[in-house]
Amino acid sequence: MSQQGYVAAPPYSQAQPGMGGYQGGFGGGPAQPLYGHYGGPPQAFAAPPAGMMKSPVSSAAGMPPPPASNQYNPNVQQNGAHPQRYPAPQAASVYGQPLQSPYNSMASMAPPPAQQLTNQMSSMNLGNYAPGPMQSPPPPTSSVQQPFQTSPPQAMGQPQMSPGPQSPHMSPQMSPQQSPMSGPPMGGPPMGGPPMGGPPMGGPPMGGPPMGGPPMGGTPMGGPQMTGPPMAGMGRPFPGPPGPGGFQQPGPGAAGPPGYPQQAGQFGGNMAGHQPGMPGAFPGAPGGMAGPPQKKLDPDSIPSITQVIEDDQVKRGGQVYSTNIRGQIPPLVTTDFTVQDQGNASPRFMRCTTYSLPCTADLAKQCQVPLASIIKPLANLPENETPLYVVNHGETGPIRCNRCKAYMCPYMQFIDGGRRYQCGFCNCVNEVPVFYFQHLDHMGRRVDFYERPELSLGSYEFVATLDYCKNNKPPNPPAYIFMIDVSYNNIKSGLVKLICDELKNLLEHLPSEEGVEASAIKVGFVTYNKVLHFYNVKSALAQPQMMVVSDTAEMFVPLLDGFLVNYQDSRAVISNLLDQIPDMFADTNESETVFVPVIQAGVEAFKAAECSGKLFIFQSSMPTAEAPGKLKNRDDKKLVNTDKEKTLFQPQKGVYEQLSKECVAQGCCVDLFLFPNQYMDIATMADVPSHTGGSVYKYNNFQVETDGEHFLRDLRKDVQKSIGFDAIMRVRTSTGFRATEFFGAIHMNNTTDIEMAAVDCDKALTVEFKHDDTLSEETGAHMQCALLYTTINGQRRLRIHNLSLNCSSQLSELYKSCETDSLINFFSKSACRAILNQPLKTVREILVNQTAHMLACYRKNCASPSAASQLILPDAMKVFPVYINSLMKTAPLVGSTELSTDDRAHQRLLIMGMGVEETQLLLYPRLTPLHNMDVSIKTHPAPVRCSEERLTDSGMFLLENGHSMFLWLGQAIPPDLVQNIFNLPSLAHLQGNMCALPELDNPLSNKVRAIINDLIEKRPNSMKLHIVRQKDKPEMVFRQFLVEDKGLHGGASYMDFLCYVHREIRQLLT
Amino acid sequence: GVVRQAMASYQEFIQQNEDRDGVRFSWNLWPSSRLEATRLVVPVSCLFTPLKERPDLPPVQYEPVLCSRANCKAVLNPLCQVDFRAKIWACNFCFQRNPFPPSYAGISEVNQPAELMPQFSTIEYIVQRGATAPLIFLYVVDTCLEEEDLQALKESLQMSLSLLPPNALVGLITFGRMVQVHELSCEGIAKSYVFRGTKDLSSKQIQEMLGLTKPAASAQQGRPVAPQDAAASCRFLQPVHRVDMNLTDLLGELQRDPWPVPQGKRPLRSTGVALTVAVGLLEGTFPNTGARVMLFIGGPPTQGPGMVVGDELKTPIRSWHDIQKDNARHLKKATKYYEAMANRSAVNGHCIDIYACALDQTGLLEMKCLSNLTGGHIVMGDSFNTSLFKQTFQRVFSKDLNGDFRMAFGGVLEIKTSREVKVCGSIGPCVSLNSKGSCVSENEMGIGGTSQWKVCGLNPSTTLGIFFEVVNQHNAPVPQGGRGAIQFVTQYQHSNTQRRIRVTTIARNWADAQSQIQHIESSFDQEAAAVLMARLGVFRAESEEGPDVLRWLDRQLIRLCQKFGQFNKDDPTSFKLSESLSLYPQFMFHLRRSPFLQVFNNSPDESSYYRHHFVRQDLTQSLIMIQPILYSYSFHGPPEPVLLDSSSILPDRILLMDTFFQLVIYHGEDTLADTESTIAQWRKNFKQLLLAPLDDAQEILQTRFPMPRYIDTEHGGSQARFLLSKVNPSQTHNNLYAWGQETGAPILTDDVSLQVFMDHLKKLAVSSSA
Repeated sequence: MSQQGYVAAPPYSQAQPGMGGYQGGFGGGPAQPLYGHYGGPPQAFAAPPAGMMKSPVSSAAGMPPPPASNQYNPNVQQNGAHPQRYPAPQAASVYGQPLQSPYNSMASMAPPPAQQLTNQMSSMNLGNYAPGPMQSPPPPTSSVQQPFQTSPPQAMGQPQMSPGPQSPHMSPQMSPQQSPMSGPPMGGPPMGGPPMGGPPMGGPPMGGPPMGGPPMGGTPMGGPQMTGPPMAGMGRPFPGPPGPGGFQQPGPGAAGPPGYPQQAGQFGGNMAGHQPGMPGAFPGAPGGMAGPPQKKLDPDSIPSITQVIEDDQVKRGGQVYSTNIRGQIPPLVTTDFTVQDQGNASPRFMRCTTYSLPCTADLAKQCQVPLASIIKPLANLPENETPLYVVNHGETGPIRCNRCKAYMCPYMQFIDGGRRYQCGFCNCVNEVPVFYFQHLDHMGRRVDFYERPELSLGSYEFVATLDYCKNNKPPNPPAYIFMIDVSYNNIKSGLVKLICDELKNLLEHLPSEEGVEASAIKVGFVTYNKVLHFYNVKSALAQPQMMVVSDTAEMFVPLLDGFLVNYQDSRAVISNLLDQIPDMFADTNESETVFVPVIQAGVEAFKAAECSGKLFIFQSSMPTAEAPGKLKNRDDKKLVNTDKEKTLFQPQKGVYEQLSKECVAQGCCVDLFLFPNQYMDIATMADVPSHTGGSVYKYNNFQVETDGEHFLRDLRKDVQKSIGFDAIMRVRTSTGFRATEFFGAIHMNNTTDIEMAAVDCDKALTVEFKHDDTLSEETGAHMQCALLYTTINGQRRLRIHNLSLNCSSQLSELYKSCETDSLINFFSKSACRAILNQPLKTVREILVNQTAHMLACYRKNCASPSAASQLILPDAMKVFPVYINSLMKTAPLVGSTELSTDDRAHQRLLIMGMGVEETQLLLYPRLTPLHNMDVSIKTHPAPVRCSEERLTDSGMFLLENGHSMFLWLGQAIPPDLVQNIFNLPSLAHLQGNMCALPELDNPLSNKVRAIINDLIEKRPNSMKLHIVRQKDKPEMVFRQFLVEDKGLHGGASYMDFLCYVHREIRQLLT
Repeated sequence: GVVRQAMASYQEFIQQNEDRDGVRFSWNLWPSSRLEATRLVVPVSCLFTPLKERPDLPPVQYEPVLCSRANCKAVLNPLCQVDFRAKIWACNFCFQRNPFPPSYAGISEVNQPAELMPQFSTIEYIVQRGATAPLIFLYVVDTCLEEEDLQALKESLQMSLSLLPPNALVGLITFGRMVQVHELSCEGIAKSYVFRGTKDLSSKQIQEMLGLTKPAASAQQGRPVAPQDAAASCRFLQPVHRVDMNLTDLLGELQRDPWPVPQGKRPLRSTGVALTVAVGLLEGTFPNTGARVMLFIGGPPTQGPGMVVGDELKTPIRSWHDIQKDNARHLKKATKYYEAMANRSAVNGHCIDIYACALDQTGLLEMKCLSNLTGGHIVMGDSFNTSLFKQTFQRVFSKDLNGDFRMAFGGVLEIKTSREVKVCGSIGPCVSLNSKGSCVSENEMGIGGTSQWKVCGLNPSTTLGIFFEVVNQHNAPVPQGGRGAIQFVTQYQHSNTQRRIRVTTIARNWADAQSQIQHIESSFDQEAAAVLMARLGVFRAESEEGPDVLRWLDRQLIRLCQKFGQFNKDDPTSFKLSESLSLYPQFMFHLRRSPFLQVFNNSPDESSYYRHHFVRQDLTQSLIMIQPILYSYSFHGPPEPVLLDSSSILPDRILLMDTFFQLVIYHGEDTLADTESTIAQWRKNFKQLLLAPLDDAQEILQTRFPMPRYIDTEHGGSQARFLLSKVNPSQTHNNLYAWGQETGAPILTDDVSLQVFMDHLKKLAVSSSA
C-alpha cells in the first residue's frame, strides 16, 4: 500500500505497512495540501490521530490528504471529546517561567482554549525557542559536549541528567556521528522530534534526577530552559509553510534538505545517512512539521533511556533498599541494589506502575494511568539477600482472616491486648488462636514482632497443611519428562544425538531445594514421530524397554512402574537408553509427527503417578500426522494489516483448549523447544505452554554447529531453574480496590484464582487493579499475593508477598510515583493480549492515544503552565514514549508481511510471561561500544542509545535485548582489533556462520568474551551471538533492534514519535 | 453277504473299519429308503477321525487323481471301476468315466496304484505345490496372575521354546490393563507395541499401529505368504531358533501387571483386546498359514470388548442361575464378540487355544467358541503351578512315532456321497465353508448346509460327528448289489509344513428295512450311536433349555426301544433288547446325568469345558466321558472293571474311576483301617495293592490330553464326591434298608437309579399309548 511512494528506495528502507498508518495520518504526502491541513484549523489536526492507526489511506505517501480525513472522521470525534477535558495550556507562561518556578507552573496550567489554537498555529514557532540552545548546539559536533557543560540549561537532553558524568559518555559516541552528518541535518527536518525532546527533559525530568528533592527543585530548572529550545524546533516546522514537501521532495529545504534527500535515499542507504531516526515512522508527519527545517534537532536533546538508567545507577546503585516505607519507589530494574525486607515485598517480587494510587476511581479514570502490579512470585534473589523464611503454624495451617482469608502479615493490627487482631484487608476483627497469643509492647506491637517473619517481613512462606493439597494427600515430588521428536528432520540434523548426549550430563544436575543434596525430581523419557515410544528405565532392568503406543487418537501411558524414575537409581539404564536412541532411529524416514497426544501422554503419566511436573518437548515440525490436534498450514500473509490479522495469533480451538485445562488441572507444565524449517503454527502449538507456565524456545533452521550450543544453554537453564508446580495464586487487596485483570502464562477458571501448572523464577504476571470505592490517604492500600505451590522437592508451600502503597487525591503524587518500566510491562502485555481480539491498527491507536492522554493529563493537572507548543513530560515517565514507540515496533505489533507469522506469535507469547526487567530490555536493547573501552576496568562499558547514529565505522558494538545478541563490526574497524578478537587479518576473512568468539589470550578478547558470557549467563534465556559486519546483509536484522530509529518493518523513529505524541497532547489540551 | 455275518463278526468289522479308516457308523447296514431311515430313530451317521494315526500308512508322494466332472471332483479310490485296457476309470459317485492321467500309463491289473487297492481305502497324498510356510505360535499371556502362577507359567513358556520346531515362528503378546505386542528381534532394548485394553480395533487399525504395511501380494486370499517375505514384514513373529535367547530373557523379565488393583476390585484384564490384536496381527501377516494362538489366562476379562465381568469383586461372575434368570449382563455381548473373532480367525486358518488356570471362572463360556470353531484346545486348571497344566501344556507339543508334532493346521474336510445319501451336517471343532452341492441335505443336523468344513487345528484324535440322510425314495428299488459310498477328503498342513490330502472312501451295503430289519439291528453300533446321539444332544443344549434336550433324548430312546425292543404290549416285564442294543439305554442313563447335559453343580465355564472336549474326542474317550470306567482292586483277584454303581463301593476295595476329566482313586473304608481283624491279612500284600491302581492311573495320566485331574481320596473324604456323583445311585438313603447290608455304599441323592430309569423306560416303551 503505502510503499508505493517509496518504491524507488532500496528494500529495507521502505516504509513498512506499519508505518503506513502513521504516514497516512500525517498526510505523509509531500503535498502541500497536507501542509495546509496541518497548518489549518484544529480539525485538521484531529484527523491525524486517525491516521495514526495505520490505515489504507496511509498508503500513498504522495496523495494522502482528502480521503484521509474523511475516513477518520469518527476518530476526530473521539478526539474531540478529549480536548474538552483538557483545555489547552497557556503557551507563553512556560517559557517565561524562570527555572525555579517550573514546579508550580506545572500544577496550575489552564490556558484558555482560544490561545491554544493560536499556539498551535503560530507556535509552530519553535523558532522562538530555537534560538537559544537548539540550533547552536547541533552544528559543531565537538560542541556537543560544550553545550552540556557550559550551558546546562540549554542543552536539553544532557542537562537534565547530571551533566557531569554523562556528557563524557555520550560525547564520544555522538561526536563522531554528529560531526559529519547529524550536525546540520538534525537541526532541520527532525524538527518535530527534537523539539519535543527538549521539552520533556526540560520540564519534569530535570527536576527528577538532578535535584534530590522530588519535583520541585529539579523540574523547574530544567523545565524552562530545556523546554525552550525544543519547542523552538517544533515551532518551526509547524509554522513553516512548505514543510511537508520536505518529505518527498528533497527540494524544499535546500539546506536542511541535505538531510531529507538523503533520507529518502537514505532509507535505502540508511546506513549512510545518519538521520535514521527521523524519517522512520512518521515520515509524513515530521516532515510536514519540520517543513522548513533548516536545522535538525539534536537527538541528544530528547530524553534518553541510557541516561535515565545511568542516573539511577549512580544515585541508588550499590545501596541497600529497605522496604520499610509505604509507597516508596524502588530503584530501577536496571540498577544494582540490595534489598532488605522490612515489611514490604522486595521489588524483585513485586513492582507497581505507580506507588501512589489515586484515591478515587474518577481520578484514576481521569489520568488513565493503569494501576497494576507485576508479580514475579518465585523470583531469584541475589546471594547477598536473605532467602525467604518458612513459617510453620502447625496442624491447623497458617493463620488467616476469617472473613477474607488473608494470611497473617504485617498489616494485621493486634488489639485488645493481643487477643484479637484486625485484618488489614477487610477490617474484620479476628480472635488470636491461643497458641499464637502474644503480648503487645508499648507501641502496640507484639513482643515477638521480630521473631516472626509473618509479622515483620514483606515476603515469607508457610508450610501448607494437607488441607492445601490435592485430595488431602501430600504431593509427590514433581517429574520431568523429556519428549523427543525423532522424526527424520531431527535425526538428520543431529539434534536427537545432541539432546541425548546432553541429557546424560544435565540429569546429574537436576535442581533441588536449598540444603537438599539429591534432587527429588523423577525423570521419564518419550520419543515420538507419529507414534509415541515410552521407555521403562527401572533400575532393576538390565536394559531399557521401549513401549510403542500407536493409538494416538486416545492417548494413554502404557506403563506405570519404571517410567518415572529417580535418575540416580536408574543412571545405568538411562545412560544405556540415551546411547541407543539416536541409533535406533538412525534409519527412520518418518517425517510426520503428532503433538497433542505427546502432551496428553505427559498428563496421563503425571496422573498415574499422582504428581505434577514438566514436559520438555523437542519438536521440529508442525503435527500433520492423523491424530488429535493435527494442524494445517494456515499462514496467510494476506491477512496482515487487515481486520483478520488477529486470527494469525489466535490458537486453533478445540482440543488445544481442552488440553490446556487438563494440563493445569494436573500441574503439567509444558516447555516447547521448536526447531522449525518452516511455518509451524506457533500460535496454536504454543497455546498449551502459554497457559501452563511453560516456555517456548525456537531455533529456526537449526544446525548443530551453529545453534547447538545456544540451544543447550537454554536447555540447561530451563532444566535447572527454580520452579514451583501445581500453583494457584490469589491477590488480595485492602478495601477500595481489587484485582480485575491478569496477564501472564496462566489459566483462570474464575475471576480470582490464578492457576499455573508451574511458575518459575522468570515468569511474571501482571495484575491490573480497579477501584471499588474511595481509598484513604491515611491507611494507604495493601495487597497480598499468596501463591500455593509444590516445591521441587514435593513440599506444599504458601508463599506470601505483601506490599503497601500510598494513596493520594493529588494526581501529581501519582505521576511522581510512577515507574515507567512497570508501565511499559503492563502496556506490552495488554497490547499483546488485545491483538488477539482487535485489529492491530486499533491496538496501536489505543496505545498512542493512551500515551497522549496520560501525558496530557499530567500537563493539564500537574505541570506548571507553559506554552502549548512545549512538550512537558512527568519526570518519572519521561522515557515512556521511547518504550511505547518501541513496543509498537515489536514483531507482534508491527504489521509487516516480511516478518514470519511464527516469529510474531512467538514474541507475543514471550511478552505475556515477562517480568519488568525483560520487557525493559526487550524494548530498549543494550547497545554497548566495545572498541574503546578500558579493558582493565571490571565493569561493563556503558551502553549508548539505540540508534544508528551511535555506531561508528571503526567501532565494534554489542547489542543485546535478552533474546538476541549481535556483535556489530564497523567497516573501518582497525585490523589489530580484528586480530585481537578473531585472530584474523581482516574482516574479510570472517566466516559467515561464526557464533562464538575464539578464545584468544589478550586483554581485549578476554574482556569481550567475559562481557558476552556474563550477559548470556545473566539473562533468563541464553542468546545466540550473531556477528554482523556493517553493510553485510545480516545487518538488516541487527538494525531492527535500533529502536530509536525508524523501524525497518515500519514504525516511527523516536523523535518522530515524540513529535506526534506532542501533537496529540496538544490536541487533547485544546 | 453282510447279511450272513454274525453279531461277533460285526464287532470285528467295526473295529477293522475304525482302525483302518477312523470311521464308526451308527448303522453298518443302511436302510434303503428315507422313510425306513427315519424310522430307525438313530440317524445314519458316523464318528470320523480324519487324522487318525496310521503308522502303517506311508503317504504317497503324488497328488490324487480327481474325477473330471466339475461338480464332483471325487478322488480315485478302490471302489471305482477301472478299465485297465482303456486306461479309464469310472467315478463311483457320479459315474463319470475319466481317463487316467499320462503318468498312469503303465497301470494294469497287476500293476495298480495304491489308491486302487482295497487296503488303501484311506490314503494320504503329499501335495508338492506351493511354498511351505513354517508353523506359527503366538503366545498371548495374561500378566494379572499371582506371582507364583506367573513364575510357573513363564517357566512353562520358556520350556516350550525348546519343544517348538526350530523353524517355527513365534510371537509374544502380553496383557493386563494394557496389551503389549513384543518385538522379538531387537538388540539392546526390549521393544513392544502397546494397546489400550478398552478399545476395540479393526484389523486394519491394528496393522497400521503395528507399522505393518501390507504388501499387496500377501493380501491375496488363499495363498500362503512366502516365508521370507513374511518374516521380513513382521518383527513380531520370528523364527524360534533366532530369537529363543531373546525370548527366554524377555519371558524371564516379564512382570506382573504393574497397575495397582484397589481393594475390592479385580485386576483389569484386557483379554478381548489382546485376542483382537493377536488375530489382527496374524490376519494381516500370515493369512491361510497354519498358526496357533495360545491364550493363557488367570481370570476373566474385566474390561473392554469381550468383558465378562466388571472389576467390582462384589459382583460375582455369572452363574447358571444368573443365565437362566437372564441376569448375565455381559454374556450376549461378549459371546458375540468372541464368536465374530473366532470366525475371522477360522477364515484365516488360525486356531486358538485357551489355557485357563484359576480357581474361579475365567469366562470360558463366552470364549469357548474361539477354540470350538478353530479347533484349538481348551485346558482348564486351578493354577499354572500344577502338574495338570504343566504336563498338559507339554503334551501339546508331543510327537508321533515319526518325530512329527501331533498337530495339523488349516484342515478342510470335504464329504462326497453317492446319490442315495446326503450329508446333513457335522458336529465337532469346525466351521462351515458354505459349500453347497448335490450331496448337501436340506435337513441340517449340527453345522449343516455344506459339504465342506474348516478345521483350523486338528490332531490325531480330533473326531467329528457327521450326520447323513438317506434320500432314496421308498418306492425306488434298492440299488441292486449296490453300496452306498462316502468319501472324506481332508486337506491340511502337516506339522512338518507339508500340504497333505488324506482321502478315506467307505461303502456300506443297503438293506431293506422291512425284510432285513434284524440284519440292520445287528449292524447297529451302539457305542457310536450313543456318542453320536450325545453329540446331537450337546449341540442342542448350546441353544436349548436343558429339560427340553433331556426330553428329546428320552423320546428318541423310547422310540428306539419301541422299534427294536421285543415285548408284549403293555407288559413291561416282557421287554427285551437284543445284544446289539442292550447297552444303549444305560449309556443314555449316564448321559442324562453327565455334565454335558446337566449344569447343576457345574459352573458355566465347567460346562463349556466339558462340552468342548466331548465334541472332539474319539469314540473311546467319548464313551468314558459318558459312562466313566470303574476298576476295583482287591486281594481277591486281579483288578476288574466293575459296574459304575454304588454297589461297587466296598470297604475292602480300592477303586479307580476314570471320567476322562478326573482320575479318582478311592480307598475303601477297610483299606485305610489298621484294624486288628484285617491287619494280618493286609500286611503281606498291602503295598502292592495300594500301588496297583496308582500305576494304572499313571498310565492314563501320561497319555491323556488334557491331563485329568488326579484325585486320591478315601471313604469319607470330601473329594469322594467325585466318585459318588458318578455312580449309579442304586443304593440311596431312601432305599438302603430295602437292600440289606453288605453291599455298597448309599448315595445321598434323590436322583433316580438306573433300575428306576429302566423300569420307567420299559413301561413307556411297551405302552400302547406311547
